[in-house]
Amino acid sequence: MKVLLRNPRREIEVAGVHRVHALLAKLDLNRESHLVICNGTLVPGDAELFDDDLVEIRPVISGGA
Amino acid sequence: MVAVGSKCRTCRGPAIIDLPRHNANFCAEHFLELCRRQVTKAIDHFAMMTHDDKVLVAVSGGKDSLAVWDLLVELGYHADGLYVGLGIGDYSETSAEYARAFAADRNLNLIEVKLRDEYGYDVPTAAKATRRVPCSACGMSKRHVFDKAALDGGYTVLVTGHNLDDEAAVLFGNALHWDVEYLARQLPVLEARPGFPKKVKPLVRLTERETAAWCIVRGIDYLVDECPMAAGNKHLAYKAALNTIEETSPGTKAGFYFNFIENMAPLLAGRAVADGQALGSCSNCGAPTTGSVCAFCRLVETASAHAPVPVELVMKKGRGPR
Repeated sequence: MKVLLRNPRREIEVAGVHRVHALLAKLDLNRESHLVICNGTLVPGDAELFDDDLVEIRPVISGGA
Repeated sequence: MVAVGSKCRTCRGPAIIDLPRHNANFCAEHFLELCRRQVTKAIDHFAMMTHDDKVLVAVSGGKDSLAVWDLLVELGYHADGLYVGLGIGDYSETSAEYARAFAADRNLNLIEVKLRDEYGYDVPTAAKATRRVPCSACGMSKRHVFDKAALDGGYTVLVTGHNLDDEAAVLFGNALHWDVEYLARQLPVLEARPGFPKKVKPLVRLTERETAAWCIVRGIDYLVDECPMAAGNKHLAYKAALNTIEETSPGTKAGFYFNFIENMAPLLAGRAVADGQALGSCSNCGAPTTGSVCAFCRLVETASAHAPVPVELVMKKGRGPR
């Protein structure tokens, strides 16, 4: 599947079926700091992602105080 | 994509988000309902505002400020927006476009103040000219412009989009240094004083993940990119540390912040920086100050005399991919 990452914006290819939480763990990304959007829709941690899905992993942490 | 097992806690329909700190999952409809309930609870519990208030929302074009503006309007408050053009290159140009589009789509009033036009400088130039870290010059500039716009416009409440993660991170930083005077003023409401509007933070009961999800579910376009000048700041490091704990102990951030507000803040009442200081008026702009000329006017004097500095010259090294 194609996975869009941000800050900086880049795209990677991940092979195989993954649950959302497993994908975040595979990429060493904190669950509390990210949302996952699959084909334009938010998905929870146990959703399964397939090869033909368009996935965005969106960081939610911003630096302003 | 297949949703495997998560069901909404309220309706048992397919969930779109899991919220470990609530030990629950929610569908879109009931997630939005949860957010409205949390914001209403914060507003009511801390007596932030009433529907008779004239509200000004500080808007950056990012998720938190657009989410809070959207929520307040949805909840029936009369709220205008204020966007401050900080002059941080393409980042500021893009963030302004998001703020303008949000306001235009909803027929809301957005006030714009550009530092370069109004005061003759921008944040990169101020950082270079004063040798301050960019976030310091930026914060001082925004606070002054927010206060002035609120008072000049007759607004009774100034709203900022600070969320639970912001407040927990600031609390963490202040506690690491046992900075009692700053701990004492870290409240979700700062009442109006001469020269200062009432300031409130209606998102203190929502995490950043939840405000971002609010925007996505509501179809609000916001600037996802991080400020190029914020990379590597301590605030981000504190948030990362807290989220590492939160991931294994859900609810830690909320407990840390709200137990402070309930149990510690009352013990620190009267210890805030401004509490013991007699404030006069700045001889230049009239804003409250302990000296003859306020810190903002001194910043303007130094920064506006400096040749414009492009943002690339004062950017910190990036954190690398995350």
